[in-house]
Amino acid sequence: MTEFLFEPWPWYFSGILLGILVPLMLWLGSSFGVSGNLDSICGILGAQRFSDHFNFEIKDRLPSLIFVLGSIIGGFLAANFLTAEGYSVAISSATIEVLNSFGISNSQGLQPTELFNWSFLGTPQGLILLVLGGFLVGFGARWAGGCTSGHSITGMSSLQLPSLVATVGFFIGGLIATHLLMPLIFGL
Amino acid sequence: MKNVRIILAGIIFGIIMVKSEAVSWFRIQEMFHFQSFHMYGIICTAVVVGAILLQVVKRMKLNNLDGNPISVPQRPKMYKAAIFGGITFGIGWAFTGACPGPLFVNLGAGYSVMIVPILAAVLGAFIHGLVKKRLPH
Repeated sequence: MTEFLFEPWPWYFSGILLGILVPLMLWLGSSFGVSGNLDSICGILGAQRFSDHFNFEIKDRLPSLIFVLGSIIGGFLAANFLTAEGYSVAISSATIEVLNSFGISNSQGLQPTELFNWSFLGTPQGLILLVLGGFLVGFGARWAGGCTSGHSITGMSSLQLPSLVATVGFFIGGLIATHLLMPLIFGL
Repeated sequence: MKNVRIILAGIIFGIIMVKSEAVSWFRIQEMFHFQSFHMYGIICTAVVVGAILLQVVKRMKLNNLDGNPISVPQRPKMYKAAIFGGITFGIGWAFTGACPGPLFVNLGAGYSVMIVPILAAVLGAFIHGLVKKRLPH
């Protein structure tokens, strides 16, 4: 049993747990969705002075912000106490081949060490992937009215058409980025 | 008490995201290359399990802990925003390998540089708030 905790969890086990989070969050008086917190953070920082889009009661948004705080703690706990030493993500060999051609290896850890470090930020690739990428995540998620948690999981499991449309959009964008843009970016 | 429960749910979410590897840039690349079923399996299972449980909740007419009837927030029927915003988001998802949840989870997992895409995402949300009336929706 303890071994299971340290190994990566199979997709069906993780999927079942995430599915349970949908009614669980509603039962707790909140809702499973992360990207609205980006608006909440803008509100805390005083964005309502610039647009009435940010006119909301921070108090109403507190549960969701607390959920995000918990997710940071959960990430810390899982990475430090529930992950085996020298672990690497077992992605398919075909993907490794593609990434190797970009100069990226999957030697150790959840993320490519070549990309997720502070010195990579100083490269054109780092600026595009981490800064522009982050900007597009925030802008796009709020434009679409939700992200993978709010639309793809909560919205689709409650059979809402806008969420299906948004999820199709997520994949169109992801495929454009992966197949057309990434080869150009890594060729810079 | 409510806040304690919510933070526990958040902690569980963070652990699931790391242990499922859904926070990994590698897994997102693999997904967009259609080279593994892993991410599709996670998302599809979550949607099916969520849908079944929501039906159960609906039939049992359960109340939440605040004493109000449980209802799912309804998304506005703004299909242009959903598709164009979705495409924009998807490009960012592939670049960073993280949607908003994993941005925060990865920060906790020790990738301090994630604070940069998080701040960039907050800026993105802010700019969206300024220009949203001029965007197709």
